[in-house]
Amino acid sequence: MSDPSVSQKSKVQCYHCGEDCDEKTIVAHDKHFCCDGCKMVFEILNKTGMCDYYSISDNPGTNQRIKIREDKFAFLDEQKIQSALLSFTNDSETHVNFYLPQMHCSSCLWLLENLHRLNEYVISSKVNFERKEADIVFDHRRVSMRQVAELLTSIGYEPYISFKDLKQQRPSLNMSKIYKLGVAGFCFANIMLFSFPEYLGIDSQELFLQGTFRYMNIILSLPVFFYSSSEFYISAWKSLKHGFLNIDAPIVLAVVVAFARSLYEVLSGTGAGYFDSMTGIVFFMLIGRVLQDKTYQQLSFERDYTAYFPIAVTRIKNNQSTSVALPDIVLDDTILIHHQELIPADGILTRGKALIDYSFVTGESIPVEKEMGEIVYAGGKQIGSNIEILVIKEVSQSYLTKLWNRSELQSDRNDNERSFVHLLSRYFTWILFTIAISASIYWWAIDPSKIGHVITSVLIVACPCSLLLSNTFTNGNILRRLGRNQFYLRNAQTIEDIANINYIVFDKTGTLTTGRYQDINYDGEVLNESLKQKIAVLASHSTHPMSKAIALWAKQANTQNNQVVDFGETPGRGIQGIVEGDLLKLGSAFFVKKAEQGSALDSAVFVSVNGKVYGRFGFRNHYREQVPAIMKRLRKLGYPISILSGDNAGEKDYLEQLLGKDTPILFHQKPEDKLEAIKMIQATGKKVMMVGDGLNDAGALKQADVGIAITENTATFTPASDVILEASMLPKFHQFLLLCKANKVLVWTAFVVSILYNIVGESFAVSGHLSPMVAAILMPASSLTILLISFGASNLISWKMGLK
Amino acid sequence: MSVIIILLLASISIAALFLVAFLWSVKTGQYNDEMSPPMRILLDSVPAKESSESATIESL
Repeated sequence: MSDPSVSQKSKVQCYHCGEDCDEKTIVAHDKHFCCDGCKMVFEILNKTGMCDYYSISDNPGTNQRIKIREDKFAFLDEQKIQSALLSFTNDSETHVNFYLPQMHCSSCLWLLENLHRLNEYVISSKVNFERKEADIVFDHRRVSMRQVAELLTSIGYEPYISFKDLKQQRPSLNMSKIYKLGVAGFCFANIMLFSFPEYLGIDSQELFLQGTFRYMNIILSLPVFFYSSSEFYISAWKSLKHGFLNIDAPIVLAVVVAFARSLYEVLSGTGAGYFDSMTGIVFFMLIGRVLQDKTYQQLSFERDYTAYFPIAVTRIKNNQSTSVALPDIVLDDTILIHHQELIPADGILTRGKALIDYSFVTGESIPVEKEMGEIVYAGGKQIGSNIEILVIKEVSQSYLTKLWNRSELQSDRNDNERSFVHLLSRYFTWILFTIAISASIYWWAIDPSKIGHVITSVLIVACPCSLLLSNTFTNGNILRRLGRNQFYLRNAQTIEDIANINYIVFDKTGTLTTGRYQDINYDGEVLNESLKQKIAVLASHSTHPMSKAIALWAKQANTQNNQVVDFGETPGRGIQGIVEGDLLKLGSAFFVKKAEQGSALDSAVFVSVNGKVYGRFGFRNHYREQVPAIMKRLRKLGYPISILSGDNAGEKDYLEQLLGKDTPILFHQKPEDKLEAIKMIQATGKKVMMVGDGLNDAGALKQADVGIAITENTATFTPASDVILEASMLPKFHQFLLLCKANKVLVWTAFVVSILYNIVGESFAVSGHLSPMVAAILMPASSLTILLISFGASNLISWKMGLK
Repeated sequence: MSVIIILLLASISIAALFLVAFLWSVKTGQYNDEMSPPMRILLDSVPAKESSESATIESL
């Protein structure tokens, strides 16, 4: 094994993860690596002869710069946690399902399915790529669940295990609709085939054959009537019980009437009945339902706070630390929080220096320092050393949990009530009855013997299926189109809501800014190379994010190991130390200059060398590059924009320059304030869209008419929202809005066409001329036209917009 | 005439066979993950042991 050496080349791609090796490059085995983590993964694979991993796709790994704590998975030794996670066990093997968000390419698949080559006691593993899950079977007598999790972590696939996994199993896929669809399709096609002789004029001598075909149709229609349509019966019955008629009610009516009349016709020998129309309705409607269900299986939008929480924490009792499951934490327990761990319950800091990043809860981008004895709230992430806290509120009672359980967040809007399709469906049923009654009155006067025929044909042909299909198919297609562009919608109703939006509110931290890197600008006397180097050395000794940012900024290419003597850190003030004989100080105005100076808004760090103040570092959040362009486009489209920020007002000028003076920009917004702000705008009659990212926006996202959560990576967890948008697709934001508006036009067009079909069908029915053949032609023809309009036109529009 | 009846029965039983095949493929989860099988088939070495499903059956 060659000794890893440090090279000075820049822009070298890491062999493992493919990222630029910007800080230092480690060379081992003639390959370049960006960090020790990546190198270690390579070595593990190299040792077992599994380097095929790298030949299947280029740089398949994920970055390993952030080290994972050694005993992070200690909680998996706990019997109780184990039994909650595993899916099957007997005396020789255990099956467990892990969620591995890092999975992304065919190399991952290959590696994960060859786990048994890395550890012989892993019996097998099978990957589900769509769900990013691996089913792993291992011999629990030889290898523990913890070791399996650590094995996965060591090759770069850290299993994501959350508190939620303990409480319930993920619901299995509901396949019953697909079975129903298969059965309906089979029966529909065969009934159509057996009906052809009837339509084409079967020889009157072939009475036996005619009878056979008719009875075959009855037999084939039974599974459709009793099995495939049960979906609609249940939904219609439920809505009827709640005292209103949903769109399934007329479908059920049509199916039942068509079946009863056809049965009567065949048994009495008066006709062939409408079996093909009836099964056709069910078949096409089921296609719509299945498409609806299928669109968003892989993304979960229903999230609660438990998904964010770790599964277990370290509890200290009698000087012994043990891993315990989160629900078992009770009052007065002392828990140990490690670097980068989330604080699960409110508590008092009893040991250590807390530097807590609350950006997730409040949106404030700069971490807060806490002294011993102060209260720390759940939801913050500890940065730096380990701390101990004494729990003063149980997990279910903590601030974060309460925030989530606020009444605004609980009440779910009733989607069915809002859609104009469902509004129409109520009238549809009544219009249908009116037509049927007036037609029967007319025929009662002219020829009473035809009343039964007319009423039933009115009900059969006026099936709302083309109306409903126009909506389901167009929306479903747009949903898939948007999904392909990483704009994932909760449901079809959201498209309609987006089209109606006339006000957009953005969150700042994490939404308009990347939240990861901070831009630094330095004013003051020019720093020469060696001085910069010294500052970098000093700054790298602190874990404070500002120090880290300065260290990165000041870092020189030729890293020498300078020593810091007498390093001291005053929490909340600054750091100092002697580097190569110079006393350097970095910190607040008070710490460096011994004077209260500078605005409180600006977070600035001053630097002094041997008592002489050189200058100050200003920090600004790093805005996403596309932000100015998007704002301009949105304003051009006529959307008023507001910004809500949990952060301080330090960047007011920059934002005003970006958006113009007339844009309301609010700072220091707590989660409740954001929610209230949205309510205020809604009170003026606006339909508001909220774009946010963190838990601090959760309330506002839910209160807004449309809530959009922005994420860097769809595998990570986002707050409950109507839409999840991949951050890289932000430049196309305005196009998504336009596409949703176009969708509205399309739905209406398809809708008008289907109304026309209904009018044609009804006129046949009312005049008493509806033959089974006319019905059999009208039904599929209308459905197919709708399909053509919705798929063709929506694909054309999105293609013209240059969307995928 | 009777030959039509035979044809009819033959055609419907073939169609029924396909229906059963379809239901079976749904039931065994062939549509649960449409992304990994196309990748898996391109990889040279097949996992040494069978999938977890058959492992379950063996163990039961």
